[in-house]
Amino acid sequence: MSQNLGKIRSPLDMEPLAIEVHDVESASRSRSARNDLILICVFSAVVLASPWLLAPFGAAYPDLLQRFCIFGIFAIGFNIMFGLTGYLSFGHAAFLGIGSYAAVWSFKLLTMNVIPAVMFGVLCAGLFSALIGYVCLRRAGIYFSILTLAFAQMSYNLAYSVLTPITNGETGLQLTLNDSRVLDAASGIDPTSSLPVTNLFGMKMSGYPGFYLCAIVLIISFYISIRIFRSPFGMMLRGIKTNQNRMSYTGINTRPYLLAAFVVSGMYAGLAGSLMAVTDPLAGAERMQWTASGEVVLMTILGGAGTLLGPVLGAGVIKYFENIFSSFNAQTLHSAFSFLPDGLAEFMVTITHPFVGEGWHLTLGVLFMLIVIFLPGGLMEGAQRIGNMFSGSGGKSEAESPAEQTKPAE
Amino acid sequence: MAILEVSGVNKSFGGLKALTDVNLSIEQSSVHAIIGPNGAGKSTLLNCLIGKLEPDSGVVNFDGTSLLGGITPYNINQLGVCRVFQTPEVFGDMTLLENVMIPSFAKRDGNFRFNGWGAVAKRGEVNDEALAMLEEVGLVEQRNVITNALSRGDKRRLELAMCLIQHPKLLLLDEPTAGMSRADTNNTIELLKKIGERGITKIIIEHDMHVVFSLADRISVLAQGTVIVEGEPESIKGDPRVIEAYLGGELG
Amino acid sequence: MDAILLQILNGLDKGAAYALIALGLTLIFGTLGVVNFAHGALFMLGAFCAVTVGKLVNYQVVTLDPTRTTPWGTPVEIRTPIVQEWFGDFGAFMVEYSVPLSILFAIPIMLLIGVIMERGLIQFFYKRPHADQILVTFGLAIVIQEIIKAQFGANPIPQAAPDLVAGSADIGVLLGFDPGTVVYPYWRIIYLLFSALLIGCVFAFLQFTTYGMVVRAGMADRETVGLLGINIQQRFTVVFGLAAVVAGLAGVMYTPILPPDYHMGMDFLVLSFVVVVVGGMGSLPGAVAAGLLLGVLQSFASMNEVKNILPGIDQIIIYLVAVVILLVRPRGLMGRKGVMES
Repeated sequence: MSQNLGKIRSPLDMEPLAIEVHDVESASRSRSARNDLILICVFSAVVLASPWLLAPFGAAYPDLLQRFCIFGIFAIGFNIMFGLTGYLSFGHAAFLGIGSYAAVWSFKLLTMNVIPAVMFGVLCAGLFSALIGYVCLRRAGIYFSILTLAFAQMSYNLAYSVLTPITNGETGLQLTLNDSRVLDAASGIDPTSSLPVTNLFGMKMSGYPGFYLCAIVLIISFYISIRIFRSPFGMMLRGIKTNQNRMSYTGINTRPYLLAAFVVSGMYAGLAGSLMAVTDPLAGAERMQWTASGEVVLMTILGGAGTLLGPVLGAGVIKYFENIFSSFNAQTLHSAFSFLPDGLAEFMVTITHPFVGEGWHLTLGVLFMLIVIFLPGGLMEGAQRIGNMFSGSGGKSEAESPAEQTKPAE
Repeated sequence: MAILEVSGVNKSFGGLKALTDVNLSIEQSSVHAIIGPNGAGKSTLLNCLIGKLEPDSGVVNFDGTSLLGGITPYNINQLGVCRVFQTPEVFGDMTLLENVMIPSFAKRDGNFRFNGWGAVAKRGEVNDEALAMLEEVGLVEQRNVITNALSRGDKRRLELAMCLIQHPKLLLLDEPTAGMSRADTNNTIELLKKIGERGITKIIIEHDMHVVFSLADRISVLAQGTVIVEGEPESIKGDPRVIEAYLGGELG
Repeated sequence: MDAILLQILNGLDKGAAYALIALGLTLIFGTLGVVNFAHGALFMLGAFCAVTVGKLVNYQVVTLDPTRTTPWGTPVEIRTPIVQEWFGDFGAFMVEYSVPLSILFAIPIMLLIGVIMERGLIQFFYKRPHADQILVTFGLAIVIQEIIKAQFGANPIPQAAPDLVAGSADIGVLLGFDPGTVVYPYWRIIYLLFSALLIGCVFAFLQFTTYGMVVRAGMADRETVGLLGINIQQRFTVVFGLAAVVAGLAGVMYTPILPPDYHMGMDFLVLSFVVVVVGGMGSLPGAVAAGLLLGVLQSFASMNEVKNILPGIDQIIIYLVAVVILLVRPRGLMGRKGVMES
């Protein structure tokens, strides 16, 4: 680091205070570093133990757990753009789709091993996001949102029409028996009579191994996002969100920073997309639709944009309730409300019926509105508010420890 | 030696002439005050110096480099020009410490060093420098407070710290004491005198004559977009044109 | 030449729909400062007003005619729309002209929906960041869309134009081309005239009423109007209602051209936003001109001659234009410099 500027010596005669402040500060800094360590450990433990932890909720099967992880990664990445810089992209699903297509192509052409597929997916998404980001970031605010939306729609439309040779149009890109798989063939893996399964150096990526792969990638992704949040780069991004003018009068060209953040978050989306292809080697254009982009926006704000844990939490909550709600039908509702008196049960069924099964999207829309209206900070803010309420003398403890009060929710 | 050379600058908005043939020459390490009635074009002039506005014609040279012709605000800052705004431009949602650290990182790391891996907390020298800076402006106790909670006067002192930590060659101060109590104003004057000892050139726009006459080495009086008088504080004090400009300005 | 004319005509009706939605969008954004992602849903609601009216007037009673029998020996069932039963010839007229008549039904309904939306939701978002406005109206659009889907099903519901105007006009003959080269359905002509009338009404409203004055002042300088002593809230509500009515009527009249389904609103919304951006945020003539222009461009891009050279261009032409415009001329075709550029 450049030390040539040297330390400013305060001309005021206040050395004792400076030392005291310095000690307090370095103590609080090492405390926050320890907190981050605890956070990542607890996070890893919870994620890895989720097959047991979520069993009582009926969510402990690999297919759903994988989805939690994948959308968690997607939302973490989106949060790096939206949460840190405040730039609302409505086109992130495009990168998810690109990651999926690239991964499936890697399965088709190279090998069924997931490592090249994931790397290829992330790389492609990164390239596309650099290109799209370069154009879109020339504008800010709603113009940025509309530009990203336009690009996502373009990709979606193209994937459905002219790009059919690459995307296989409406059917979606699938594995076939006569794919070349050069590397597999070269390493002497015999083409079998049935479709091959994705693997990690021979370990089949279906069921729980697939989930653990996603879980480990999620933990790594989460760790990287902590590092980004705590880094000077992350601080610059938050500066851009708070006051972009001041950033340029401070000597920062904000565009390279924004582009870097956009590419990182695009690569996260590509990672999520390629993991989708790993768990189910099929890629369709509907993954790129702007409603899919809207979904990741919802996950992020539901959990709490700009917080570390929020997006993962939001992704988990939405995917969990999607799973529960869309499996409900009139009969399950009747049995659920059977403890009520007949008339009341009938009434409850009538009321709740439009919101479940096919109507899950209605629930999603209502949830979306409620969150934006009443809890713009998301679940993390909600948890903090409740926490403050229960700590009773909330106001007093805040005054005592301003450092704690001012840290954003995590 | 003149560090900033402004000559023949014109700027108009539609039909309104905001600046007419403005000439200024700011000496290295001097404190130059620009005074004048409301609407005289003082803020417009500063905006032309930091790349917020592009003059219609004229020359602005800073330390041998032209500040006109598509040069961006961040380029100008990197040349060593920093401004404290009339309405404080700070990072309202961040803590004071972070507010001061961002300019420090900007100065140290430059534009294309995306340090996305190293922790801010581990950059001890930046933290120390930021703390020392906050202490100097008297805000060190509030270092972990979110900036939006500060009073306007405190925000302006914070903004001053954000500029000073970059060791600018030229500091532009747009009404640095507006909205401050008398005691705060005096503190700020002391602070500005102190940093004057470091040889930073300063341009101050100010209405408070107490501040102007306690700090300025030279004064330019701006009225209706043009410099009507320039000189030492003593000669400005009694100049009838200045009095007329103010009275005329207030009457009109 | 005749082919070009045909493409222009084909593009104009879609362009007119874009223009009408974009008009409302830019009106709301310019006056209220709100980005309304639910505006496409209003267009769709208008279309479903027509569907509802169509369903109501086609509600049939079955009577048996004992004097005639079918080949199976059962009495012939005669299905009569109930309105015909009640009103006789006038009822038959209502069945025939259900789409145009829906306009009368849609105006109060859309006005009501617009007012409820503004009072119940949008007004709380005037001071919130644009991102929040986008998100909450996006959520609202999903809700409206899903309610319609639950009520009317997921499939498109075709609406017939009145028989009188069901055919096509051979416009080419009038202009000296060979017969049959430029054939254009009557209903589309009606749609174009109707859109022109509606646009004219909106501009007249803005030009000649005090509400319009506030709107125009607001679009020029929103902050100042907020400081005026006039009852700005009430006027905002009216503006929002007006925009809702315009979008709704565009939807009603569009039903014979495109059978409405629940997601037509979203499809049109994205394109209408692009239209607003191309025309210039906050410029009403810009929105109209860009709407028509992009409609025509899209129509040209879908010509086979063009598609053979640039495959897929018809899918992306509008977005491409928007990207180029935003990069080259950020304020749009007719936007004023410095207004709402950010």
